[in-house]
Amino acid sequence: MPETKVLTKYRGEKDSHTISHYKSKGGYEAAKKALTSMTSDQIVDEVKKSGLRGRGGAGFPTGMKWSFIDKKSTKPKYLVCNADEGEPGTFKDRILLEELPHQMVEGMIIAAKAIDAHHAFIYIRGEYTLSIDRVQQAVDEAYAAGLLGKNILGSGYDLEMALYQGAGAYICGEETALINSLEGRRGHPRLKPPFPAVAGLYGCPTVVNNVETFSAVTHIIQNGSDWYAKMGTPKSTGTRLFSVSGPVKNPGVFEITLGTPLMTLINELCGGMRDGKKLRGIIPGGSSVPILTAKECETANMDFESMADHKTMLGSGAVIVLAEDTDIVETTFRLAEFYAHESCGQCTPCREGTHWVAGLLHKIKDGHGTQKDLDLILSLSVNMEGGTTICPLADACVGAVRPTILKYRSEFESRLIKENKHVA
Amino acid sequence: MLMSYKFSDKSEKRFQLLQTQFPDKRSLILPCLYLVQTDEGMVSTESMEYIANRIGSPIELAHVYGVATFYTMYNKKQVGKFHIQICENISCYIMGNDNITNHLCKKFGIKKGETTPDKKFTVTGVQCLGACGYAPMMQINEKYYENLSLEEVDKIINSLE
Repeated sequence: MPETKVLTKYRGEKDSHTISHYKSKGGYEAAKKALTSMTSDQIVDEVKKSGLRGRGGAGFPTGMKWSFIDKKSTKPKYLVCNADEGEPGTFKDRILLEELPHQMVEGMIIAAKAIDAHHAFIYIRGEYTLSIDRVQQAVDEAYAAGLLGKNILGSGYDLEMALYQGAGAYICGEETALINSLEGRRGHPRLKPPFPAVAGLYGCPTVVNNVETFSAVTHIIQNGSDWYAKMGTPKSTGTRLFSVSGPVKNPGVFEITLGTPLMTLINELCGGMRDGKKLRGIIPGGSSVPILTAKECETANMDFESMADHKTMLGSGAVIVLAEDTDIVETTFRLAEFYAHESCGQCTPCREGTHWVAGLLHKIKDGHGTQKDLDLILSLSVNMEGGTTICPLADACVGAVRPTILKYRSEFESRLIKENKHVA
Repeated sequence: MLMSYKFSDKSEKRFQLLQTQFPDKRSLILPCLYLVQTDEGMVSTESMEYIANRIGSPIELAHVYGVATFYTMYNKKQVGKFHIQICENISCYIMGNDNITNHLCKKFGIKKGETTPDKKFTVTGVQCLGACGYAPMMQINEKYYENLSLEEVDKIINSLE
């Protein structure tokens, strides 16, 4: 099965990141169409009809998110691009930022018009230095071509766009933490409501969307919602970029229509397992989502519904493959340690819980843990989820740990010692 | 670090541009910390005070300090000329990152998180850098090195001046 290349069609071509290449392929026609011949409501409706759901992780319908902006509000409206890709296993936005930044910028121009925003910001994770250079170049080129700034393409519409470099905090991928960071604060998520659509950046109505979401918007406006909605399944329309890592023959980023079987992605596009290894399990949507066992992988499709049926999520589109020789106790510990490191510290269940989980897993993986420790992880995880915290970081930690323990329990139990006689 | 830090000419120019880009000057704290780090290799309390003064009231040192200590990419202490950061998260672990960390620590005679006595190399273990499909990987200063073997790591290190 080949890829369905919509967003990545020109990936790998020489100078694909430049405006001359982009324009030679019909680039910025969609922005022109949106600015000169569509009303903001028409843009929102078109995106709603396309069925596009956010590509950052939560999968919220994009058009609906835009429609929450009160256009009658006298406050300025802001548009923010979340390019703070940080979910372990995820590296798909990096491709779009480094190689194809103009389609994202174009999508942002369209989205800005849809919500009547005249200021847009791109928040890029600090480590992505090549992405930052390429996006800055793209924005500069767009300004020079009259596609940003005052009176874009003679349409009378003004839009200013600026980059903002993150500084190594995973939590800033959460939209309200990102907004705080963009305001020059510590990246602490905010209590919702009010949602950003009501009071976001600088207290003003704000829409935050992912890099891939904006990139898809460009194609939806260019080719129409019907064309887009024909791809994928009725409830999970379009294509999606999946970043596959782990011991497969050919890891990397692949664009496929939603609804493609998970094992088709692994066996056909990734060439199957490396060195004839046997599949152990797959984390299908970034480190925060529950793992699928090899057997569950056989029936899972890459769409929102099939993932929900398998009690997991599509998340950020990061497919992490584990082989028979992967130490699952160690990988689970690494993930728990990650969440402990990245907890912002505002909420007790998360600040304390993530460190407890990581600490107990450390003990178990090193062969000092008892049955009590394993039971403690499971019981305290209940207090870390389901709305006991401001943001879902603690839930993500639970999602990465508890299903793994339950599905691979014998592996954890084989590390336990009978009774810990030493005082911890 | 001199007590009398001020932006380099390049940073000053950038600062002037940044002031026009954000509706609220508080937003300048993060970019200013980067300017200092580019100039000095780290962010000291003195430079944070300078930032607070340049941005001006109501921003105080406490605001800048609070931000600088929240984010891991700001070096609060001096790192070596080459800051080697090795991803330790799941995909890199599966593909064998620990071998690289151990190899480099042994090669330099330091522990993870330490700097060599000649201040040339610092080895740090970090969280996911978004190169999972090209694991194991490391970042040296701003550059990514991917799909690494121990031989390649040696070659890269030996080529650093």
